[in-house]
Amino acid sequence: MPTLTIDGQEITVEAGIPVIEAAKRLGIYIPRYCYHPGLSLAGSCRMCLVEIENMPVLQISCYTRVQDEMKVVTDSEKVRVARRAMLEFLLSEHPLDCPVCDQSGECDLQNFYMEYGRYDSRFAENKVKKKKAFPIGPHVMLDQERCILCTRCVRFTEEVSKSNELGVLNRGSHSVIDLYDDKTLDNPYSGNVIDICPVGALTEREFRFQCRVWYLDTQESICNGCSRGCNISLHYNATARTYKAGGKRVMRVKPRYNPEVNQWWICDDGRFGYEFIDQNRIEFPYIRTDSDLEMSTWEEALQKASGAISGALETVGPEGVGIIVSPQLSNEDLLIVKRLFVEELGISNLALKNPWQKPGYEDDFLIKADRNPNTQGAEKIGFKGDAKAILEKAAEGKIKVLYIFWHGFEDDEAAELLGKADFVIFHGVNWNGSAEAADVVLPGVTHAEKDGTFTSFEGRIQRFNQALLPIEEARNDIEILLDLAGKLGYAIEISGEQAFEEWQGLTHEALGEHGTATTSEAPTEA
Amino acid sequence: MPIVKILSEFFGNEQARDLQWRLKHGGYEAARKAFREMQPDEVTQEVIKANLRGLGGAGFPTGRKWTFVPKDSDKPTYLAVNCDEAEPGTFKDRYIVEWDPHRLIEGIIICSYAVAIHTAYVYIRGEYVRPYERLQKAIDEAYEAGILGKNVLGNNFQLDVFTHRGAGAYICGEETGLLESLEGKKGWPRLKPPFPALVGAFGCPTVINNVETLSHLPKIIEKGGQWFADLGVERSGGTRLFALSGCVNKPGVYELPAGTPFRELIYEHGGGILDGKELKAIIPGGTSAAVLSADQVDLPMDFDTLAKVKSMAGSGAVIIMDEDVCMVKALHNIQNFFAHESCGQCTPCREGTSWVYRILSRIVEGKGSPSDVETLRGLNQNMSGTSICALCEGASMALGSFLEKFGDEFDYYAKYGRSYVEDARKGAVAV
Repeated sequence: MPTLTIDGQEITVEAGIPVIEAAKRLGIYIPRYCYHPGLSLAGSCRMCLVEIENMPVLQISCYTRVQDEMKVVTDSEKVRVARRAMLEFLLSEHPLDCPVCDQSGECDLQNFYMEYGRYDSRFAENKVKKKKAFPIGPHVMLDQERCILCTRCVRFTEEVSKSNELGVLNRGSHSVIDLYDDKTLDNPYSGNVIDICPVGALTEREFRFQCRVWYLDTQESICNGCSRGCNISLHYNATARTYKAGGKRVMRVKPRYNPEVNQWWICDDGRFGYEFIDQNRIEFPYIRTDSDLEMSTWEEALQKASGAISGALETVGPEGVGIIVSPQLSNEDLLIVKRLFVEELGISNLALKNPWQKPGYEDDFLIKADRNPNTQGAEKIGFKGDAKAILEKAAEGKIKVLYIFWHGFEDDEAAELLGKADFVIFHGVNWNGSAEAADVVLPGVTHAEKDGTFTSFEGRIQRFNQALLPIEEARNDIEILLDLAGKLGYAIEISGEQAFEEWQGLTHEALGEHGTATTSEAPTEA
Repeated sequence: MPIVKILSEFFGNEQARDLQWRLKHGGYEAARKAFREMQPDEVTQEVIKANLRGLGGAGFPTGRKWTFVPKDSDKPTYLAVNCDEAEPGTFKDRYIVEWDPHRLIEGIIICSYAVAIHTAYVYIRGEYVRPYERLQKAIDEAYEAGILGKNVLGNNFQLDVFTHRGAGAYICGEETGLLESLEGKKGWPRLKPPFPALVGAFGCPTVINNVETLSHLPKIIEKGGQWFADLGVERSGGTRLFALSGCVNKPGVYELPAGTPFRELIYEHGGGILDGKELKAIIPGGTSAAVLSADQVDLPMDFDTLAKVKSMAGSGAVIIMDEDVCMVKALHNIQNFFAHESCGQCTPCREGTSWVYRILSRIVEGKGSPSDVETLRGLNQNMSGTSICALCEGASMALGSFLEKFGDEFDYYAKYGRSYVEDARKGAVAV
């Protein structure tokens, strides 16, 4: 393993890595535009130039491999002059329309200019006119004048999405990134080009002009769009449901690097599938009076729900209650459900899956057919089986009270069965067929509004963190369940994390940055 | 000593491109000799001994370049013949291909034998229609005569030669830009290393040689490396073709020993400066080379000498400027070319060449200001040593040398909005 010196600090790294990565391990961030660790090397922006002893000219640190006894200087006057020169070149044709650019605030032209530029412009010529602000796909806008031709997007479409929509056309200062003839940037991973674009050339159509990035807060989360468990960051505006954004709090979703799961990428379904967090939410508890659902207090709703459950337990026993959990619930939620309904109340009519839900498409990269984030966790905790048998029992009157988490039973057959059920408690986040048909509706929270863990299809347990307060009167699901337990006469005092620790023998903290594989215990029978 | 004509022996001879005539006049004898009498390594050694340098412009020792090709590779080795002659002022390769294409083909055979190559691609610039037609005809004839193909000259050695026409980009003459283009991609130069000798065309080891370089091989094999080396100067053997153009009475291609002084080329062979005017400047090796002033006219034209004065022998394209040439307008013209031909891949070249050209355009239109010259000097510094390939370096070499040697003309034009040279001719220089 070669040992080299970077800015006077010695470091030993594995052979073959580029100097830019070795520097990163020392906490030295070398500015770059074209370099991206997930893509092939272009070496074209010339921003990452460094001084290497015994080399006649500056070398690009993305392409130069480490060597034993190499001496690298990343911040000499010579280097700073070269970086300023490259910035001056890049900005010479740039429109400098930062005040109306979405990238403003997270733009590497701005960032590096503040660090290495700060010159007075010498450019007195007319800039080359190129195409501005036109959609190149369902999610992405291209502004060729802002583009610095780093070709990250081109390489992404060649190497990662393998869809080859983008290329560099023309030559010299007339070079532009553009779609090839008859193509649109319409692949399942198209949104990633927005993230890797270091400037404002590729912007997100959904996010355009919605919010300045400096008003956004960030929270680490896990995508709930499928069982892959891609690591994401929720970018949200916590203080206000802005007028322009139509009441949205979560403004966008960005991938978060996890080498074991999604690397730097997420699919478009995950990226743009966050609207359920702020739209069509069940914001208050409801109870059915006569034939209508009416808003109620939590006290009334929980009273009615517990009364129904108690009644069924008294008249029929545990057989009179059915529980349909959801693979959208966190491990912690499910552990509490199990504790209350299975361990305390002895209920055995349990189900997990909605057999009427069509599986999604799947590919050989990130997207999994199972569109739920925690099927694996639910199964390991002990929930399985599909809901049809339970719904049938409810329709036949054998089950008196049906407690449904999240699932919207909207298929004709399911809706008919549900319609025949005596008493339905719905516990979820969005209005759907089950909620509309319920007798009590308990508004829970989305993964953006609570802490917890999901277990991915490959058994990796990963944490997500609370970004937002529960919407309106919605409450944390564990709080709801514990309150309900109290009303049923069971004083359960346990937090979600405690339940998790009992289950896995691990704290949330111990899961680490990239999650951890599940202990190999066999799924326990509920 | 009479000047030895190697490459230009048959220039102007209409019969020389005919295979049958050429066979009667020494054609393919050297290749036969190599097959008959020499081991491949001996051919390489002879070329090393000859001090043959890459005559496309870079001047890298040809024999040594061949030795970089790995001997134990499980991949095929290719030969890419650079006939994308596009450096402004250069028009020598076309003479070879137009008048004596079989000399090039014989050179290709000798190189292929030495390096164990069985496929050669001739990348020929798209605008070269007649050269292409003549070369293709010669290749076809050679196949028919069994000179190319499965058994080259009756030996157990296969060699296929393909022509590939460019689509009109200077950058495709850069060797890795050429390879990309040959592979059907956009002609963007590659990052190096690896060099083409290890990873070249289609990911395989590749020798890239210029037309003129390869065309020297038959004579080297015929007469021996030492004979060739003795024709030239130390470390640069043989003759080379100088493409003389500009303000001279007899522009054209002249074959002279490496190291001949400019004065001899211009005054003895080129018939002196047009209209008996004074020599002002010499571009010694294509427009990428730093311009020389008139007092450098006695310098010998070889790679090492010109490198020492921070210019280069380059492609042997010698452009002569007389006292009436406005250096601002000349540089404007040159930078127009680089801005137009920059491939756009790396930042300093894409932005720099175009910026420089636009500043010069403004000055030439009379809309400059004194600070523009300062900006040009600054940009020149920033373009030097920062790019992927030599295009930007060439643009910068031209820019820097013009400013260094003729800075006053630029200051004058930028300040007064008029050409100093034109004002001087009219006797109206501003004071």
